[in-house]
Amino acid sequence: MKTKLFSAAILVLAALLFNPVWAQESPTVDRTATGGAQTLEDIMRRQKQLETDDSFRSENLGDPANAAPITDQLGTRGGVSDSDNWRSIRYNEIDPTTQVRGPAAEVLIQDGGMPWWKLREGPMITYGGGAILGFLALLVVFYFVRGKIMIDGGPAGTTIQRFKAVERFGHWLLAGSFIALGLTGLLTLMGRSFLIPVIGHDAFATIATGSKWVHNNIAWSFMLGLVMTFVMWVAHNIPNKLDWQWIKAGGGIFTKGHPSAKKFNAGQKIIFWTVMILGASVSLSGLSLLFPFQMPMFADTFAVINSVLGTSFPTELAPHEEMQYANIWHSIVAFVMMLAIIAHIYIGSVGMEGAFDAMGNGQVDLEWARQHHDLWVAEVEAKQGKGGSS
Amino acid sequence: MKVMISAFVAALLIATAAPMVLNQFGWSSAEQTSAESVRLD
Repeated sequence: MKTKLFSAAILVLAALLFNPVWAQESPTVDRTATGGAQTLEDIMRRQKQLETDDSFRSENLGDPANAAPITDQLGTRGGVSDSDNWRSIRYNEIDPTTQVRGPAAEVLIQDGGMPWWKLREGPMITYGGGAILGFLALLVVFYFVRGKIMIDGGPAGTTIQRFKAVERFGHWLLAGSFIALGLTGLLTLMGRSFLIPVIGHDAFATIATGSKWVHNNIAWSFMLGLVMTFVMWVAHNIPNKLDWQWIKAGGGIFTKGHPSAKKFNAGQKIIFWTVMILGASVSLSGLSLLFPFQMPMFADTFAVINSVLGTSFPTELAPHEEMQYANIWHSIVAFVMMLAIIAHIYIGSVGMEGAFDAMGNGQVDLEWARQHHDLWVAEVEAKQGKGGSS
Repeated sequence: MKVMISAFVAALLIATAAPMVLNQFGWSSAEQTSAESVRLD
């Protein structure tokens, strides 16, 4: 049965693959009327964002071997005209020299700007903003359906130390800077679309300048917090068999019992690794943006991905394209992180009784600890002696 | 809560100090793009 389904899927995929509708090959265009230059049909195809064969332009770059005699009208200019030179610039086929020593000064034209800008102003805002709003709405619904997760039988009244001061400092350094980065990042991405119509250009210019300063400089606190929390907690976040039991029980969210957990349960481990991996990635792309053209990463990354997966991502990128990729990737990763952190904030505050204390003053109710981290409590009590509360 | 407040203050202090420290090491984006430029004036 499975073989038949698999064969049917292959057949459908093959039919789609070889369907002439998918093959957007450029039609042969008669350009005799324009002397070989582009026609109205070429322009219309580009406006419709259809595939266009630009070789009639990209390969028409002049030929010094065909230089007209000096006695002719263009003789002194050799075999390459101004138009040929501009086309060379347009298709990056020229080897320019410049007195400007900036890192991207030798790129005269690159055409990735408009697709990047459209992606940033369109889908990035729509899907990124929509995901955050949708997720917030989902959490509100979840709160009213599930309600606050309470301590079964009420608090014990005695406490146990959950996190030391240095652990809480690292957490809040990371959390505080992330919230500042998230808000200022959203202002930078969406301010033009949503704030300028409300507060005007002048007021937004002030806000945008402040946002940029905060975003660029508080990023260092985020990176320090990321390193601190990684060093302090990585040993407790190595996945083990217990995590699978926790996941199968749904973390006890919809059941009466609480699955066993050590210092961090599987849900917390997922948050930890999400923050660490995406945090490192957003930091790297952020550094690339912070020092323009100094830390290009995407061409090399694409080369590695191509060699592993056999894909064909571009490995020759202009400095500006590197920045565009870094900007888009930075936004995507930041949005995913924001979703994860919103869930984390929810469960650590309004979603669960007694959870905030762990990071508030470091002392959690013993009963809360026994219900959510029973094996960790047992370890602590074994170390301190039975009944050891603080 | 004291730890939380001190972490937030530390984040602000780091943010304030960052531009000065970066300048000390020559890591300014303005520096990177204009230091070696040829100026005609």
